[in-house]
Amino acid sequence: MGARDQHGPGAPWGDEFRAVGKSLRKVEGLSKATGEAVYADDIVLPGMLHAKTLRSPHAHARIVSIDASKALALEGVHAVITGADLPIKYGVIPWTKDENALAVDKVRFIGDEVAAVAAVDEDTANAALRLIDVVYEQLYAYFDPEESLERHEPAIHEKNKHGNVSKRVELEFGDLDAAFASADVVLEDDFVFHGSTHAAIEPHCAVARASADGLVTLWSSTQITHYVQREVSRVLEIPQSRLRVIQPVLGGAFGGKSDPFSLEFVVAKLALITGRPVKMLWTREEVFYAHRGRHPMNLRYKTGVTKDGKITAVDAKILIDGGSYSSFGLVTTYYSGQLLTGPYDFPSYRFDSTRVFTNKPPCGPKRGHGSVQPRFAFEVQLDELAEAIAMDPIELRRKNDIGESTQTVNGQRVTSNGFGRCLDEVERASEWKSRRGKLPTGSGLGVAGSMYISGTNYPIYPNEMPQAGIQLKVDRSGLVTAFTGGNDIGQGSSSVVRTILCEELGLDPLDVRVVAADTDLCPVDLGAYSSRVTFMVGNATIDACRKLRKLIVEAVAAKWEVDAKRVYLGTGEVFDTDERETKITTREAFEIAEVFHDTLGSTGSYNTPTLGGDYRGGSIGASPAYSFTAHVVEVDVDTETGMIDLKNVWVAHDCGRALNPMLVAGQMEGSAYMGIVEAVFEDHRVNRFGLHSGPSLLDYPLATSVDTPELHALIVESIDPEGPYGGKEAGEGPLHPALPALSNAIFDAVGIRLRVLPFTPGRVLAALREKAAAESQNGGASC
Amino acid sequence: MLRLPKFNLVSPKSIDEAVQALADSEGRARILAGGTDLLPNLKHEFIETELVVSLGEIDEMRGIEVTDEGGLSIGPLTSLADIAANEHILRIAPALAQAAGTVAGPQHRIMGTIGGNVMLDTRCQWINQSHFWRSSLGFCLKKDGTACHVVEGGSRCVAAASNDTAAALASLGASLDFQNAPTEHGDGKRTLEFEALFKADGAWNKKVTPTELLTRIHVPATPKGHRGGYVKLRLRGSIDFPLLGVASRLDLDEAGKIEHADLVIIALQARPTRVRKAASLLIGTTPGQPDYEAAVADVMAAAYKQCHPLPNIPGDHEWRQEMVPVYVRRALVAALA
Repeated sequence: MGARDQHGPGAPWGDEFRAVGKSLRKVEGLSKATGEAVYADDIVLPGMLHAKTLRSPHAHARIVSIDASKALALEGVHAVITGADLPIKYGVIPWTKDENALAVDKVRFIGDEVAAVAAVDEDTANAALRLIDVVYEQLYAYFDPEESLERHEPAIHEKNKHGNVSKRVELEFGDLDAAFASADVVLEDDFVFHGSTHAAIEPHCAVARASADGLVTLWSSTQITHYVQREVSRVLEIPQSRLRVIQPVLGGAFGGKSDPFSLEFVVAKLALITGRPVKMLWTREEVFYAHRGRHPMNLRYKTGVTKDGKITAVDAKILIDGGSYSSFGLVTTYYSGQLLTGPYDFPSYRFDSTRVFTNKPPCGPKRGHGSVQPRFAFEVQLDELAEAIAMDPIELRRKNDIGESTQTVNGQRVTSNGFGRCLDEVERASEWKSRRGKLPTGSGLGVAGSMYISGTNYPIYPNEMPQAGIQLKVDRSGLVTAFTGGNDIGQGSSSVVRTILCEELGLDPLDVRVVAADTDLCPVDLGAYSSRVTFMVGNATIDACRKLRKLIVEAVAAKWEVDAKRVYLGTGEVFDTDERETKITTREAFEIAEVFHDTLGSTGSYNTPTLGGDYRGGSIGASPAYSFTAHVVEVDVDTETGMIDLKNVWVAHDCGRALNPMLVAGQMEGSAYMGIVEAVFEDHRVNRFGLHSGPSLLDYPLATSVDTPELHALIVESIDPEGPYGGKEAGEGPLHPALPALSNAIFDAVGIRLRVLPFTPGRVLAALREKAAAESQNGGASC
Repeated sequence: MLRLPKFNLVSPKSIDEAVQALADSEGRARILAGGTDLLPNLKHEFIETELVVSLGEIDEMRGIEVTDEGGLSIGPLTSLADIAANEHILRIAPALAQAAGTVAGPQHRIMGTIGGNVMLDTRCQWINQSHFWRSSLGFCLKKDGTACHVVEGGSRCVAAASNDTAAALASLGASLDFQNAPTEHGDGKRTLEFEALFKADGAWNKKVTPTELLTRIHVPATPKGHRGGYVKLRLRGSIDFPLLGVASRLDLDEAGKIEHADLVIIALQARPTRVRKAASLLIGTTPGQPDYEAAVADVMAAAYKQCHPLPNIPGDHEWRQEMVPVYVRRALVAALA
């Protein structure tokens, strides 16, 4: 099958790349800058109604009754719906469908959706919400994951087989006891990773239209058009073929738009009921309730090393606070263990991860899904081990580099690996050797490494069809249009497609259009998650281009009566490599091909090879290629206030090949920013009432430009044998090391180990006091 | 996004027209200057109004003038960005320029006015939230409720004065002109000493009525040896309201000895907190000399004792108390810089 064809990492027309490796402007860059871009909330349709959601004011309660009669009687209100109108449960993971678009029988967190109103405008809809009478019977609410582990009555999900436990995964590889026995130093520590959220600048928005002939169109700010189509069609009981889902220009997602969300079902349902288009735009506060951000985790790590720095064993026990619903939680639970087994080689590994439900906004995938938290704990512990055996922390990481063309302890295939070069780069750029451990007290450098997936071979619903598909249409004007199901969420997916078309067919960027993420027009693609887009959509695009190129070359060769090998179309003109004067434009070549073949087009697809260990869950986290990252963070700690001043982050990332260095650097900088900021400023939590502690961008602070360190993107290219031209992901991997590298830098600066996130000034001061007290007990030894 | 509730809007062209509009509304109108405080509060529905009186077209309320006595007369509609950069303010009242320059972010300082910052509503993590959020919790003393979520069983609102410039203006001994619509009893004008504006009630921490309009801010002349500073504790370098703000004033004689000292702290309680007694320990000492350094340590300790941050605004209040002496010292350093 074409999907598994290997195209090789080389340039399609010889040694030189023409578009790949160039910092071409993004497809949608100018339209975003000028305001021309159409986001979901920019869509206005004739007769359109506005919808609003009534939310639960209780963290855990049974719904006794809902009386919407007064709301319905309000002038301008067209419809009110409740859970009874959308009783079918959904969920992104087929085995854990535990959500309703509007609550059925009970609510599970403050902010859970209860009812929705469609009215002539937002103000009328808001007024109607206050006229809906809901009688609740409050239930005991869970805010502490430890409690959810122990107590199962009342259950947050009654039908769950394991009380309030959402998922548990225990896996063991190798002989841990022997491996720990062979270690010279074993450390065991507890770590706490707080919650954080995506905070994409565009709030979620959806618009639906139901036409008289029963076709429904849904525009939604989603990053997974295909799953939205599947779930909305199922819940609304309309055939998938009659539901068209379109993703307009998106204002950021970061994983926060990868679940099907209540508003998508609600606007579609309301459009069907009212016969009018319906829009719902969430407030920032509602986005915080919908959340799906990073899971808080309590992590215990035990790691052994020999005195020459070889890791012998890693043992992890992780408690994951899932919030009120499953979301991607099954995958999160696996990822919390499965993704730790690189970039270091260790012969034995065990993890025991348990995700529990609590009555809080549901957690899900945020950039670096499930693996940022374990990475934090493990990389801090590695730093402590390096200190214990008096080894340079970079040296320790180098010693354990798993290398290329190998396999991890849990059976993941590793192809290309540029981790060693990432370490070299950050070591060089940060002047590590002359500065680490030698800066004045208060200033420090810290290092950490990581590995991440470029997509996985585990589609969300099991099937053997391609994971990425693309279709090309050739116009006799010289234009090529690509139809891709890939969701461009700002990461540059459509730009990658365009670059590949330019490279393969010798086209000018303005002679390529990319139509993306429209289920009526585009072949299925599984969407923008798991850092799969460049790798999978890229390979599918190359596949389609090679087929098209074959058609064109064949036609031109026939016309010129030469061997097909002599037809070259890599540079914008088509010529005979033996008779260079014989040349035509690309457009003329398209015409010749159209005469020869009839209407021209091609399809391309990609599917992963069979990957993963031969055990239950072995394919979760199994990726066709892994990216590698190393960070060095430089920090100043104000020992009087406990405040942290982020100075520099050097980010070296192995992205295989940088198809567009500007976009790769942008992803690296954005990732490093996102990671380091969540360590210092962010804390997604509920207060003692179970209410979100501050659902606004004032109370949930993100670093401003003045708080942001200098970010130095150092691109490392390992040229993956299976990636598109050797490319791998760059959108999530470069986040991981930021948090542990910061903790390690703080240790270098002031000698304290921060194992509890976020690093608030109060915690820093407490740790400094603890250190001072310990030192005075030890007779005033200084560091 | 959150919707702005409906209200009528009037845009008077003069102070007289404005105070008449306020009087006609019988106290139900709200005053709009830059809008950076009022509009979010309206969206959060803990301020409700039928009428908004916009001051934007009243030119007589703008501008910064140096008086014959060498003080400042400031129109309350002057933007915070202009206050922060004004050469006269930088010279005569440096603490005010520094404070104005730390309010919110650059865009807010272009829209936001000095008058608006003086009249800023108090803030609390339990009130500056949406109607839905507050209704989930049960309304509080500040609006529609009887409970306090900061002080269990509390009967008086402890929302915090969070206006950076208030600390500076208090340290400078500023005064404020207010105007009401004239009646048969008088012209409706009065002048308040800056600190007399405030009372210890977070629900409404000003001793003026909703019909009174702040029309002028006066800063008396400062002596040649005047030094002033403002430092602000916040997690980010921009946007945030103060977790603590300290304005310092040191007037030095010709020999460099301190003859007058003052410290005012904001974001602790409903009114600015003056720690004059602590500050007075500096009088008679000379910066740079050991007696000054010793006095600073005493001032820090005294300020720490006097200030008791509450969990009214976001952030760790115990850490905020620890930061009182640190920021008192930094405010003194800022003054002498």
